Amino acid sequence: MRSLSQEKTIKTTTDIDSLRSEIRDKSVRVIDVRREEDYKQNHIPTAVNLPLANLLSDDSPERVLKIFNSLGIDDETRVVVYDDTFGALASRVAWTLEYIGHSDVSLLETTYSRWKSLGLESETISPEIQSKQHSLRLKPEILATSDYLEQSKEKKDVLLIDNRERLNYLEQHIPGAISLPYRTLAKNDKILRPKEDMKRLLDNRGISGDSEIITYCGSVGTLSGLAYYALKSAGLPNVKLYVRSFKEWKNLKKPLEKQEDANYWDLSAE
Amino acid sequence: MTVSDLKQPHSDSVRPTINWARVEEAVDFAKTVKLYRQGKYDDDSFRRYRLQHGAYGTRMTSDYAMVRIKLPAGEIYPQQLEKIAQLSEQFSIGSAHFSTRENIQLHWVVLEDVSEIFRGLAEVGLTSREACGNSVRNVMCSPLSGVCPGEEFDATPYALATAKFFLRNPMAQSLPRKFKFNFTCCEKHGMVRMVDVGLIPQIKEIDGTAQKGFKIFLGGGLGNRSFVGHQLEEFTPEEDLIYTSIAVLRIFDRLGDRKNLARNRMRYLVNDMGWDAFQNLVFKERALVRATQSVVTQLDVDFTPSEIKRPIRVTDESGNPNPDGYARWLKTNTEKQKQPGYRSAFITLEAGDITANQLSALGEIVSDYSSEGKARVGFNQNIALRYVSEDDLPRLYSRLLEVGLAKSGSLTMTAPIGCSGTTSCNLALTNSHRLAKEIQRKFLELRLDEDDDLRDSTIKISGCPNSCGQHGIATIGFFGGGGRVGKEMYPNYQMLLGGRSDGETMLGLTCTRIPAKRVIPAILKIIELFKKYKKPNDTLKEWIHRIVNEKEDSEIKSILDLRKIMDQLAVPPTKEDDPDFYSDYGSDTSYHTKTGKGECAA
Repeated sequence: MRSLSQEKTIKTTTDIDSLRSEIRDKSVRVIDVRREEDYKQNHIPTAVNLPLANLLSDDSPERVLKIFNSLGIDDETRVVVYDDTFGALASRVAWTLEYIGHSDVSLLETTYSRWKSLGLESETISPEIQSKQHSLRLKPEILATSDYLEQSKEKKDVLLIDNRERLNYLEQHIPGAISLPYRTLAKNDKILRPKEDMKRLLDNRGISGDSEIITYCGSVGTLSGLAYYALKSAGLPNVKLYVRSFKEWKNLKKPLEKQEDANYWDLSAE
Repeated sequence: MTVSDLKQPHSDSVRPTINWARVEEAVDFAKTVKLYRQGKYDDDSFRRYRLQHGAYGTRMTSDYAMVRIKLPAGEIYPQQLEKIAQLSEQFSIGSAHFSTRENIQLHWVVLEDVSEIFRGLAEVGLTSREACGNSVRNVMCSPLSGVCPGEEFDATPYALATAKFFLRNPMAQSLPRKFKFNFTCCEKHGMVRMVDVGLIPQIKEIDGTAQKGFKIFLGGGLGNRSFVGHQLEEFTPEEDLIYTSIAVLRIFDRLGDRKNLARNRMRYLVNDMGWDAFQNLVFKERALVRATQSVVTQLDVDFTPSEIKRPIRVTDESGNPNPDGYARWLKTNTEKQKQPGYRSAFITLEAGDITANQLSALGEIVSDYSSEGKARVGFNQNIALRYVSEDDLPRLYSRLLEVGLAKSGSLTMTAPIGCSGTTSCNLALTNSHRLAKEIQRKFLELRLDEDDDLRDSTIKISGCPNSCGQHGIATIGFFGGGGRVGKEMYPNYQMLLGGRSDGETMLGLTCTRIPAKRVIPAILKIIELFKKYKKPNDTLKEWIHRIVNEKEDSEIKSILDLRKIMDQLAVPPTKEDDPDFYSDYGSDTSYHTKTGKGECAA
């Protein structure tokens, strides 16, 4: 049997109460991925700030490693990431950590707005951080590139999932992709649907653990990053993120597919 | 980007009183789609099943469906608005569409996700069951029933009871074709003579006591061929409502044409038999039904009145008491109710479309401003908030303004109806949907909504001859088709004039063909001619009515006279001179007609 030990112990999302007790026990590194000015106003106690834009300005493994080192994260550090954009930005940061070989990372189950609206504790000071040394053990099995996508065309049992909004998908998408808009992934105040709910939805769509699944979205892998975790939360073992997503695909002038002969944009009230 | 998923519902909003949903239908639908995809269900059976559950096909693809959510009697509650907002973001295009028959449609839904929508709807008591297919479709009721100064009594409880009686009723599961009930408030607000069964509430003095009942019209309907309904009898007492409904349905079920799908609505049966024969048959059948139905077969009419309670708002009560545009909006979007101190406020949508954000905001606005705590969907791809205290109107307007829902003109000619057309429908030949939006934008820019002479006129557009856009009952109606110059095609519309759906219901008469890109100038030309020839206190509707009935005495005496003038607008330019003429709205490529198979007759 495949080793399930990691997936078993590390949950995709962390609930609010667990995070609060981990914070009290000082057994977690919390990352706030909002903009610096938002972070400075207030944030979850002990959280460090890593604005997504900062990470994306150069997300080569070497630089990313430096960033995480400076945030006091080594191989053993338990990490929880949160944002205020329904989990999409947090997902992108969490995925990056996973990619450089970190295993113990989860998403906070809800957004910072929700945390605040529940009247939970926050603070304005930035914690003192001691730099740590993380090793670099890349996990290429969770990354998809455009070349990889091209090679996968011929393979059976590879599912490509487009997480952009439906109208964008109808207008153009990577050939063979199916549409699962990122909005489908959340439920009420949670960034992800409950596991059973998610499994039912995927099962209806014929998305199962037998396939290799690649997610993509518009440009930098945030919405599809959230989908990456949604699929993992439903227990699907083999998920990859096409991190450069549709923007790169289009720039490379790769083939596109569209829904022809219908003026669907005119149904939108935007 | 929005946060509607992460929002908490209003705690004190009024809850729905009727649960139309059955969650097991969601489970069954998911299972059936799987079987169908595995080839264990043939196309025809699956299509029938899908339509029976309210999922319609989509233009040029079998991967997507349109889910038509029924709002019986047009009632919708805040939590239902919020839920539909969420569902449209999750499974549709982030916008929802209000239809002309008090349904809300979610388009471009992946077939495999339809069951998830059913689940979501079940959480708030809504269903799409029998919204399509050969069943009793959504039972409509005037959005002003209960508040209309001209009505004799409120038909809403009867509309809801009729909907309850027929939903999932075995007698209505496999009719020859679809079957529609419309209840209204009064003659003026109409829509009862162009439907299978139309009902106007009426009170009659019988032996010194006031007896409630209805004026019932049968055999009307719009479509490829349209007919005006016939009044069954002088007065149908309320206890006969159910017997009459069952009798008519049984006759249709027995005699309706099950072979010729193109002409099997009940109106064709009435037409073929002749009204007198049909009427006699209804009387006989009704006597039979009355004598043989068990005593438990009756309408479950709930007369509990809605609680009218001015909402307590925690939101900001300050602000400008006379915001910009308020007077115009008040005039063109609100109606005085028979209850003193209250108005009904109609929301102007563009061809019935609304974003998820707006729907969600509307849920809150209904809670905050309607003293009955719910809203009513209208006959014209719109929605009304009723029991708005007159003092609250300026603040309501400001709130609507914030979410882009304060456009004026809802109750005027500047709010045209446009069916979905080539945006999603398999049968459409033109983008009628976008044309309706273009007309609205232009006419609001010209402030035509403020012109009292135009107020009671209507513009209605269908993308093909099948009348979903109700072109036959419009003052100025259009239905789409293709025009041709040599090898080149261009989008074209047949223009009809003088249709109406009130006490003097008649179908519009064909005037001439107008190319899509000339429709706006054509309507403006008609208005210009009207202004030139109108009599004092004349309205456009009355002027056109006189012309089509050849009772006008000015220079334009008949529809032929008008046609001569309008035909000048219809001359196609060469493609070199005006390439835009040869493409439809919403498209930059040359126009060509392309249609798939319709499902109305499935």
